[in-house]
Amino acid sequence: MSLATLGEIPNLAESFSAEESLEMFRRMCLTRYFEMRLIKAYKDGLIKVPIYLSIGQESISAAVATMISGYYIFAQHRAHSVYLAFGGNPVKLIDELLGLPTGCSAGMGGSPSIQDPDIKMIGHHGLIGENVPLAVGAALGAPDAGVVSFFGDAAAEEDYVFASMGFALTHKLKVLFVCEDNNLSILTPKSDRRSWEIADATRSIGMPTADIGDDPWLIAHYTRQFSSNLPAFLNCRTCRHHWHVGTGIDNPPEWDRFTLVKEQLDAFGLSSRADKIEAETKQYVENLWNERLPILSGK
Amino acid sequence: MERTLADTIREITREHLEKNNGLLLGQAISAVGWVNNTVPPDCSGIIELPMADVAGPGIAVGAAVVGRRPILVIRFQDFIFLNSSLVINYAAKAKDVFGQVVPIFVRAIADEGKGLGPVHSACLHSIFMHMPGMRVCAPMTPEEYEETWAVFMANDDPMYVSEHRRSFGQKGEMPDIVIDNADITIFSISAARFSTLEAVEIVKQDGIRCNVIHLMWLKPFTLSSRLLEPLESSGRGLVVDSDFAICGAAQSIAYELMTASGLPVKALGREDRSSGAAHHLEVGTPSSLKIAQAIKDIVKIGKKVRT
Repeated sequence: MSLATLGEIPNLAESFSAEESLEMFRRMCLTRYFEMRLIKAYKDGLIKVPIYLSIGQESISAAVATMISGYYIFAQHRAHSVYLAFGGNPVKLIDELLGLPTGCSAGMGGSPSIQDPDIKMIGHHGLIGENVPLAVGAALGAPDAGVVSFFGDAAAEEDYVFASMGFALTHKLKVLFVCEDNNLSILTPKSDRRSWEIADATRSIGMPTADIGDDPWLIAHYTRQFSSNLPAFLNCRTCRHHWHVGTGIDNPPEWDRFTLVKEQLDAFGLSSRADKIEAETKQYVENLWNERLPILSGK
Repeated sequence: MERTLADTIREITREHLEKNNGLLLGQAISAVGWVNNTVPPDCSGIIELPMADVAGPGIAVGAAVVGRRPILVIRFQDFIFLNSSLVINYAAKAKDVFGQVVPIFVRAIADEGKGLGPVHSACLHSIFMHMPGMRVCAPMTPEEYEETWAVFMANDDPMYVSEHRRSFGQKGEMPDIVIDNADITIFSISAARFSTLEAVEIVKQDGIRCNVIHLMWLKPFTLSSRLLEPLESSGRGLVVDSDFAICGAAQSIAYELMTASGLPVKALGREDRSSGAAHHLEVGTPSSLKIAQAIKDIVKIGKKVRT
């Protein structure tokens, strides 16, 4: 069984409205086409900072963002998808990648350290997993707000991550922990690093946990279910297409969720609406990049 | 009854928890003595952290992000290495990187002289002076602590408050001593201030006259006339600290004073070796005898007049 289908619930997607399904897809398109344009700019030598691409993992934050709103967001270095899916200002993200003072972190952060106060996305400094105790502390300090924390399977190994999840459980804090589990730490697979799964660890302490693929309907389902019973943990198996940093690719990904979602929308008879969303989103981000890039040459 | 420094810390904390919606976080806070009677028992807003030395302070920093102005208690300063990742890497940097203010009040408590061994007996404020983004101070009296707290509340910066258990019973203030025809000006930090006052009495018997300037603010450090005028009139200086000498506050501040005055200023701090449990193997704040000897050695080299 491919991890792509881990935790599958038959006929789940049908229980979502067309609007919900298409909204998740729109948010996936935003990241996919934003980053495809970014890759071109990077290859053209216009981006001078290291970039951490979300392509392949877009469905996770797209699904979570469609289901919850108003939460504090604590993501980490690979967070263009989180930023865009939750409605972060794309122009400020472009400017940040270009190193401009108008960037979301005024050029101090680059690709891995982005923020947007308008969507309550708190900046990440660049040390993996440290956003998790920060998120838990925010939930402790602001008990009426919800908090979502995104991290990866390597960050999950940081000793302070599980300790923070345990603290959230002890104090019944409203934190949704989301692991974007792409199986890789740089290029070292999980099997070379550990014999255990973080989902088994969270289950063992009684935290509501789902260890699933990156099917957005499945993620949306659990996000909705868990959001009234936090803290909870979603571990989502996904495929990062590019290197840890930069635009390199070694092998084709085992699966591309973006393609699978399009096939599913097609099966639902939504292909023409999906195609329109895809084309419009692509054009939208293309226009944004085309507006901002000339700033570099002073035009 | 005259209040002690411990009383002052406790009452500041009580007000913060009860009136400011503040938080206090730390390990084993409710254990015997409520951190030397510096924490009010049974106030709301006291969070017992699990023995998770990286996650715990990170949680406190997260609470600071959402505006709770937490007090983080580190019961032994040696623990600060594990406890400081998010303090140094996030709280201290987020303002520069994100414009995100993270006001957290870190109470880092030093101790010594009780057979505490190699990892419970240090005083380590210097490493926090080394890193950007934090205010660093070492208040030893009730009014100094009140000033520290007022500065914390009036600003948005994280603060490293280097406390010392030798000071918790301190009543009253420690004013500077500036006298006519002093032979030397001694600048003292943390518990070294108590040892310095003893040393001044010792060298008085040799006819050596000392100015004593108490240094509470370590960063930002201001070279005011309060520091420079006594130094210039006495012609020589010595900075004494409870932290290690090498790359420490004493050497750094001695350099600042020397550069500004053109006068010789020596530095004395903790010895460069690990502390042992047995009394004769302990390392700590330079003793009054050691400070007295350093004063005599410097005075011997003759008075230089600023040209």
